[in-house]
Amino acid sequence: MAAIELRGLTKVYPGGVKALDSLDLTIPDGEFFALLGPSGCGKTTLLRTIAGLETATAGAVVIGGRDVTNVQPGGRDVAMVFQDYALFPHMDVTDNIAYPLKIKKVGRADRRAKAGEVAARLGLEQLMDRRPGQLSGGQQQRVALARVMATQAQAFLFDEPLSNLDARLRLEARTFLKKLQRELGVTTVFVTHDQAEALAMADRMAIMEAGLIRQIGTPSEVFQRPANTFVAGFIGSTPMNLLDAVARGDTLEVAGCKVPVPASAEGLLADGEKLVYGVRPEYMTYRDGTVEGGLTGGVAILENLGASHLVTLDVGGVSVQAVVPEGQEPALGEQGTVLPRHDRALVYRDGELVAA
Amino acid sequence: MTRFVVGRIGFYTLIALLLAFFTIPLLWLASAPFTSNPTYEVRMPDFTWENFEIILAHPYALGSLVNSLILAIGSAILVVVLSALAAYALSRVRLPGRDALLYALLLLSSIITGTAAMVPLFQLAIELGLIDSHTGLILIMTGGLLPAAIFMIKDFMDTTPKSYEESARVFGASPLQIVRHVVVPVVRPGLATIAVWTIANVWGNFLMPYLLLSDVEKQPAAVIMYTLYTEGGQANLKVLSTFGLLYSVPVVLMYLFVSKKYGFRFHGGIKR
Repeated sequence: MAAIELRGLTKVYPGGVKALDSLDLTIPDGEFFALLGPSGCGKTTLLRTIAGLETATAGAVVIGGRDVTNVQPGGRDVAMVFQDYALFPHMDVTDNIAYPLKIKKVGRADRRAKAGEVAARLGLEQLMDRRPGQLSGGQQQRVALARVMATQAQAFLFDEPLSNLDARLRLEARTFLKKLQRELGVTTVFVTHDQAEALAMADRMAIMEAGLIRQIGTPSEVFQRPANTFVAGFIGSTPMNLLDAVARGDTLEVAGCKVPVPASAEGLLADGEKLVYGVRPEYMTYRDGTVEGGLTGGVAILENLGASHLVTLDVGGVSVQAVVPEGQEPALGEQGTVLPRHDRALVYRDGELVAA
Repeated sequence: MTRFVVGRIGFYTLIALLLAFFTIPLLWLASAPFTSNPTYEVRMPDFTWENFEIILAHPYALGSLVNSLILAIGSAILVVVLSALAAYALSRVRLPGRDALLYALLLLSSIITGTAAMVPLFQLAIELGLIDSHTGLILIMTGGLLPAAIFMIKDFMDTTPKSYEESARVFGASPLQIVRHVVVPVVRPGLATIAVWTIANVWGNFLMPYLLLSDVEKQPAAVIMYTLYTEGGQANLKVLSTFGLLYSVPVVLMYLFVSKKYGFRFHGGIKR
């Protein structure tokens, strides 16, 4: 068990591509930490740099209080699950799980016993003699997990652990992974491009863009108060409404309507300032007709989300979305108003959150 | 409909002709050794062992088969070990001009063991004291076959996911352990292919041993075959056919064995 600390970590690839730009990050002992971002943002490079598969151009990686920046991957006491699981195709499940112990020169009988023990914990007892090619995707994932558990490393690194599973299995594996991490209590960093996965599993997460960390926080912090418009747009299964606004005293002028300045930005705005007003569709309430302090327009599109509907209003040529509970959805073409929740609406100045 | 039938008939006739073209020499090879007085025709043999007795009495025939075996297996071991190591390095290390280098080697290698380099190769062998020695011949044959072997095995290495090795690396395996535990077993069908290919190549090579070995006792079967004449200077079909059969059986057995054991296939991990 160990904390992971990154100090000014920079990675420049030959050719001048800056994959990581002076990152500082501390992941406390036992935390389940997500690295989230779109493809090419440097999240996998960061994970590989922690593992030692990539060498840092500058900065330091500290694991469990030990500076391992110049230590080979094998000496860092971390274990990694690869996106394709990287199970050795010529070894059966037992040998795959026992492989890290073989490298550590554990005797054959001991390592087989240990492999059996770990495998039993993950429900793999029946599969010990199979080759990876004879296992389903979910079983392969569990073998890969069993293999890192057998190492008893200080920290686990997962590269896109769920992306090779089909949709239904992914939900199951999500719950399973979170439960397993809780039980083991090993510091775990995982990479994902799926914001729902990160929100669901992580204790805390870092959202990355172009080699920079744009926000670090718990899933609720990141969901409720995105620090900038990039995070606001990236997090959430329905994208946040980001609307151009102008400050007018204690109201904001948004798409021809007037809404009150949100609680978070009260007293921080200059009159006539150009801003971006952000509210998640989940934090909007729909009312029929015109209501003071909301955004009024015609219902343009209705999308069924199952237990709710996503309503798109055309407010003076600007699309505004709101989530409406089932049974209360308006009819297409109807005039209605969406009222933002005062304590959940946000204001961004030059892309950054305005907050005290 | 009739056109289809005629087409089919034509097609199968063509195939039958082609097959006959390949089968008749093989049938001759299978029947002539057991015939008392073989000619160039394929005949029903009268099942005599006389020809085999003649071969057994021949002072160099059996020894030459052993020589062939030593040369072929020696070269195969060297080629497999060296090409695996070289191909791994070439496949994993980014080297400027790597592909050009490989192509150049491949091109030049066909010259090395070919007729063009006969004289310089002979002189080189004399200078190095490698003339008339199995070791020398094995080294030269290996040199000639290596580039093509590296080229083939590198292809296998390239298609092996890097994550296998990285995974082993994170567990603390050394580069040599990674090669032994992960890379070699994964590319084993490729290595088996290279070994078979080398053996078949060396087994069938006539020019190099003919050039570099003067001691009849060290000559491989391919060279001894060339000396099987009657007193009149005509090819002695009795011994020639029998020796030909003995000469080809080991190679056929090897193919069958390797294909059964390793089955020239690739057992991959996950779909990608």
